[in-house]
Parts: sequence; C-alpha cells; structure tokens
Amino acid sequence: MAHPTSSPRPLHLGVDLSDAGAHPAAWRTHGSQAQRLFDAERLQHLVDTAQRGTLDLVVIDDSFSLQPTRSTTLRGRLDAALVAARLAPRSRGIGLVPTVATTHTEPFHVSKAIATIDHVSGGRAGWQLGWSSDDADAGHFGRGAALSEAAAVAEAEEAVEVVSALWDSWEDDAEIRDRETHRYVDRAKLHYVEHDGVHFAVKGPSITPRPPQGQPPIVVRVGSDESFGLAARHADLVRISATSRDEALDLRLRLRAAAAAAGREPGDLRVLVDAFVVTGPDQASARARLDLLTELEGVRWDTDSLTHVGTARELTDTFLSWWEIGAVDGFVVRPSSLHTDLDVLVDGVVPMLRTARAFREHYNGPTLRDQLGLRNPANRYAAIA
Amino acid sequence: MTTPRKQVHLGAHFPGVNNTTVWSDPRSGSQIDFASFEHLARRAEAAHLDFFFLAEGLRLREHKGQIHDLDVVGRPDTLPVLAALAAVTDRIGLAGTINTTFNEPWELARQFATLDLLSGGRAAWNLVTSSDAFTGENFRRGGFLPHEQRYERAAELVQVARALWDSWDDDAVVAHARTGQFVRPGSVREVRHEGPHFQVRGEFTTPRGPQGHPVLFQAGDSADGRDFAAATADVVFSAHSTFEAGKAFFADVKGRLAAHRRTPDQLLILPATTVVLGATAQEAAERSHEIRLQQVPGPTAIAFLEQVWGRDLTDHDPEGPLPRIEPDVENLDITRGRVRHVKDPRAIAGAWRAQADANGWSIRRLVIEVTSRGGFVGTATQVADAIDRHVQEDASDGFILVPHLTPAGLDDVFDQVVPLLQERGSFRTEYAGTTLRDHLGLTRPAPRNTRSYADRALVG
Ligand SMILES: Cc1cc2nc3c(=O)[nH]c(=O)nc-3n(C[C@H](O)[C@H](O)[C@H](O)COP(=O)(O)O)c2cc1C
Repeated sequence: MAHPTSSPRPLHLGVDLSDAGAHPAAWRTHGSQAQRLFDAERLQHLVDTAQRGTLDLVVIDDSFSLQPTRSTTLRGRLDAALVAARLAPRSRGIGLVPTVATTHTEPFHVSKAIATIDHVSGGRAGWQLGWSSDDADAGHFGRGAALSEAAAVAEAEEAVEVVSALWDSWEDDAEIRDRETHRYVDRAKLHYVEHDGVHFAVKGPSITPRPPQGQPPIVVRVGSDESFGLAARHADLVRISATSRDEALDLRLRLRAAAAAAGREPGDLRVLVDAFVVTGPDQASARARLDLLTELEGVRWDTDSLTHVGTARELTDTFLSWWEIGAVDGFVVRPSSLHTDLDVLVDGVVPMLRTARAFREHYNGPTLRDQLGLRNPANRYAAIA
Repeated sequence: MTTPRKQVHLGAHFPGVNNTTVWSDPRSGSQIDFASFEHLARRAEAAHLDFFFLAEGLRLREHKGQIHDLDVVGRPDTLPVLAALAAVTDRIGLAGTINTTFNEPWELARQFATLDLLSGGRAAWNLVTSSDAFTGENFRRGGFLPHEQRYERAAELVQVARALWDSWDDDAVVAHARTGQFVRPGSVREVRHEGPHFQVRGEFTTPRGPQGHPVLFQAGDSADGRDFAAATADVVFSAHSTFEAGKAFFADVKGRLAAHRRTPDQLLILPATTVVLGATAQEAAERSHEIRLQQVPGPTAIAFLEQVWGRDLTDHDPEGPLPRIEPDVENLDITRGRVRHVKDPRAIAGAWRAQADANGWSIRRLVIEVTSRGGFVGTATQVADAIDRHVQEDASDGFILVPHLTPAGLDDVFDQVVPLLQERGSFRTEYAGTTLRDHLGLTRPAPRNTRSYADRALVG
C-alpha cells in the first residue's frame, strides 16, 4: 500500500489536564491553584496556554469514583464531558477530548454528548473511550457486580459501534427546510440504527444531528491485550505506554498491522505515547523539583511510560528521536505539575520543535481531524444509498 | 401600608421541536449552531432574566410510523449546551430538562454538581418522567418502568441525588499544601442507599456546588405530578398560562404544599407562554394571526387531525371541510414521542365538526383555533400589564417565555416589555445575587448535619 513518504509525517502533541498535574503531590506545589481546582477559569487558562502552543488536543480524564486514598491525597473531580463543553466556546483550533466510560453510561447518551461537544466547538471534540472493571464504580450503580477487564472492553466495543452508528444516523444534508412541501427534514436521510447486540438494543436515530466532524476521533488507551484489539479496530488515536523507543516502535508497528488485518488503512492510526515530564531550566533544578514532589508525597513517583526529568532542550531531543524513527506519531504530555510544565512545553519545547520543522506553526484548520490529518469519514448510510 | 409588589420571574425557553417554532420564516436561524443558543442566552442575560431553559425528548417523534418531518427535528444534548453557555454568560440561570427514567442518579448528580460548579451556581434541573416503551427503545433496559411508577422512581432518584450533593460539606476542600490535607477529615462521607429503584453506595466524586443543590423544576400535570412538585420541586413549569386556568392551577399546587410542611414562597409556578407585540393592539392581533398561519401550514393541520381520527387523512384538502368519516378509535398512538392524550376521539371529532360548520371554518382554520394556547398579544404596555396582573393576582409567579423564532424571537420582549415591568417595580434592573437561587428568592439547602450523618455513614 502506497504511503506518502514524500510529505513529512507530522508530529502530534496532546496534554492531559487532569487534576493539578500527573504527580499526585502537584497540588501541593507553589502556584498550583489547588483551591481553585474545580474552577472553570483555571481550566480555561490551561486551554489558552495549550492553544498558544498550537497543541493538537487536551485530554480530560474521568472516573465515576473518587481518587483512592492510596494513590493521592487529592480528592474530587468534575464530569469530563461537561468540562470539555465549558471549554469549547472560548477556544479555537485545539481538540477537546473527555473520557466517557461506557460501562455504566448509555451509548445513546454518550453519542449525543460527544456530538454536542463537537457542535459547540465547531468540530473539535474527541472521545477517549473508557470502561470500568472497578467494584466501587459498580457499587454506585447497583446493577450488579463489576465486569472483568475483558468483559468491560467487549461491552465498550459494542458501545463504540452503537455510538458511531448513531453519529451517522443523520446524513449531513438531512435538514432541508423545504417551504414547498413544508418538510423540515428529509426523513429518507434519517436512519434507524436498529442495533440489537449482546449488551444493548438501540433503535435510533440520534436526537442530535451528525456532528461537524462526522465521526469525532476516538481515543483508546492500550494497556491490555483486549484494549490493544479494541484500539486496532476502532481508535483514530491510540495512547500507548512505553519506556523505550524500541518498545514504542514495536507497539506502533503491531498496532498498524492489526489495524490493517482488521481492514483499516494503517495510515489512519495516530499512535501517541504518554510522556511524563518534570522540567527545569537545567538538569539540577528539574531533579530538585522531582525531589520536592517525592518528599511531599513520601513515595517515589511511579510512572509506567516515558518519563523525562530535565530541560526543554533535552525533552525536545527525546521527542524528536522517538518521532524521527517512527516509534510514535506524537506524545500525550503528562505534566508533573500543570502550572509549571505546561508553560515549559508551550514556550520552550514547541518553538524548538517548530525550528526543527517537526511541529506546526498554525492550526491546519478548525477541527480536531484537521490537526490529526484525518479526513471526515463518509456516512455509512449515505454510502449504501 | 402597601405590601411590597410581588416580583415577576422570567425564563427564556429555547425554541423547541414542535410547531410553536416557525422554521419556515426567512429570519429563522439554526436550531443546532451554538451561536443561536448564545444569542438567546446573552440577550436574556442583558435583560436580567432569571434563567435560560432547554427542553428534551429522547426519541424523535413519529407520525404514522415515520419520523414526523413537518416540525423542527433534532437538538443538541441539554447539559453540554448549558455547560458551554456557562462560558459566555455570567449571571443567568441555566435550566435543563433531563429525564428521570432513562438515567441513573449517580451520573445525573455529578453532572448537575459539575454544571453548578462550572457556572458559579446557576444550574437548574427540570425533572421529567416520560417512561414510554417507545422512548425506551433507545436504551438498554427498554420500556422497563410501569407508567404508575414514574414518579416513584423520580422521587427516589432525587432523594439519592440530594444525599450525594450533601455528602460533601460546603467547606470540604481546604487544600492545605503544607499539611497535605486536601479535604477536611470527615467532610466527604460515604452514601449508602437501598431502595426499590436504586441501590447506591460510595463516596461521591464531586464537591458540593455553590447552590448546594441545583434548582429543581418539575413539569408534569397529573395529580401525581403535582404532588411530586409540592413535595420536591422549587419551580413548576406548567402549561396553564391563561388567567383563570393559571389561578386554579396556582391554588391547587400551592395548596398541596402544607401537607409537605412547605410554604407557598418555596415553590414558584411558571407557566409557558408566548408573546406577540405590535405598535397597536390591532397590529399585534394581525401579526399573531400571521404567525398562527405559519405555525399551522396545511400538512400540519392534516397531521393534527390524524392524531384524533387515528387514520390517514392526506386525501383531504386542508382548506376544505372537516372529514365526515369517523375516527378509528383503535389507532390512537398514531403519533408517538409527544405528550398528548386523546380521550374520546368520536366526541372530539363531532364537536369540532359542529364548530367548523357553525363558523364556516376549513380544517386548517379549525386547527388554528383549537390549538391556540392563548399567550399574550398586544402592545408592549398591554403585555406588561397582563404579565404583571397574572403575577400580582396569583395566577403565576412569572412565565417561561417561548419564542416562535430562533434565535431572536424574544429580542422585542427584552427590549420593550421588560423595561415596562422594571418601571412598575415588578422586575429587577440588576441581578442582586450571583446564583439562580438568589434570582428566584430561594434559600440554599442547608448542609446535612455532619455529626449525626457521620454516625450512619462511615468512610472506608
Ligand atoms: C409544560 C410542560 C413541559 C414539558 N416538557 C417536557 C420535556 O421537555 N421533555 C419531556 O420529556 N417531557 C416534558 N413534559 C412531560 C412531563 O414531564 C411528564 O412526563 C408528562 O407530563 C407526564 O406526566 P404527567 O402524567 O404527570 O403529566 C412536559 C410537561 C409539561 C406540562
């Protein structure tokens, strides 16, 4: 299959906006604004910063359960989809990607929520597909015991198929406003999805017209064999964890092969590795920042992916070296402390990546698909007609 | 001594998916683009309205087994639109209709707590209870809930939601960097609920919002619905907008409060209404008639009759006389996904035929007449007087204004009627507070007594 090697493969950058940063003690460091953790304007400011760096997207993680006491002292979270919607009207270019889990939420509700974030943002929604095998989550809903990882992923796969069909259940030109016949819609362009599966039966159509991107990009985090398969079959953007370039390269190639085996164009897959970062103007001060965080938390920081402690220059070099050999298409940066490391990413790393002609100077267009270099997919129902 | 004037409360309803909304007018804008929502919310806020309001329906309406295509179809999801509006407004309340049958309390409670936090205390939830199997076909449990249990489930759902909102103390988040204490010990308590509809257990994820609880609206008209409102709601969204019907409804619902040890000022009654203005009464009446013609084009009139007749009437001329054929009483769910109860179709058909014959009305004219909901038609002064009279004389506590045009259909009301209400001293000229509870004069729910609660619910 021909791959356009002549045009440079763009590098993609996302940032995870969860909590006060990826380090559990981030909220205790100077400038964290921990008192304002649930304040929309704090989040808006972070998105403004990410947008200044023309980053592809921000991820807002979520869970139905409170942070477990063993992992951090921080407590509390907001509904991620609503946070994404709140951030939409006053941002441009940047993708807004909330986690929404399918284990306890109806696919019909997921579909219209993400579609609506896409509408209110002018085509910048993504969906980080979540699922839960957590006992605490199951207890909040009281409908039975928690699922196994495999069962939860299988249900998520069915949910993503339903959600995706619902997004297509309106053709783009279904609204006709025909004054002659007095018809507002052409109902031949509205489709019952008639899903009758193992976990769900959903009639459709959606109550919400097709989102501007057609299909908002689906983000899947790979952490098991089951989620690997789900990602290969359904993800537009795959988040992987890898501690070495070779490991990432191997995963990316295997994902692309699995996508191809599932009948997909492997070039449509964007593979981004999680990158935990602790920055400083020099090595010693970056180390000192991590030491302080470790001291506050009382335990060593336990990360499961690429972890960088050092300067913006060194981080840029690491990014370039992973990206140039094709180990990844980009990075989802997990700043140890959002208020410090995000600024360094945007004002330090991004300009150097631009100088290296590895990263965009301007947004490619208004939508998240534009940033990811993915075309809007055709509507499955229109294609049949 | 004169008693202080009752204050009028006003909401701005985004145009819905029924034939009140005129989409065929050249001025009619998008029902989907965020700019339309932003226009109405910002204009309403500039006029100091209490809140912006969104309706909801979880299945597209059908008529004769097909999607009903004559009215507006489709809308974005309620809560994300309200969250987005929080970014472009500062004071106006953000009220959203959310069904209690096809949702779970844990998820709704955190969504509304989130909206309240993201908007600085402006969230409101209009609880609706539709439980029909038709709507259920979009959800995994289908039409699982018997009609007579819809308010039982709603009441238990609100009870759980309140327990979740109260499970965080208002001052739980201290964020003491030095000591590492993010929440005060004991300030976040586990909730355990075992009931017929819900078994819920766990520590809630989201801090208590600025309002404590979002403002709760209720919109159902049955005796059960009215009791539920009297027991639970802060606001009733009613369809009784005429003066006489309004007074009767007002007396009925407020009369139910004492049984729940509540006082009349704890529940506001806000009927939906429309407004048509003109420089003279005559001009307003003409404009109103033109709007009715736009709202009821021929095919809409025929489809309306078909709901009563239970059969296809497309071979009838909407400008001609009413059908002589009798209704098919076996086929009363010809239209699905909207609230309408046809009790005795033969009697209705007979009465309409007689009415049309006596007045020489066509099908279309008959439908225009019988579907007229009243609403205020007149000069700005007449409309302001009428709104004020309804409120001062206890036919309502204000209104939810439903425009017929998206997005600018209420601009004239904001520009012409609101200032007159302000001159009369019946409507605010500035927002006195920051939350929707402040605007509506509702007290903030007290946090649960921590000590006795902690005895029952131990944190793991
Ligand atoms: C003024 C008014 C507005 C309503 N709006 C909605 C709505 O937006 N969505 C919905 O699903 N139901 C809506 N309903 C329906 C009610 O919530 C309720 O489900 C229905 O009236 C049946 O309950 P009842 O038998 O108590 O009337 C509305 C009802 C009234 C009176």
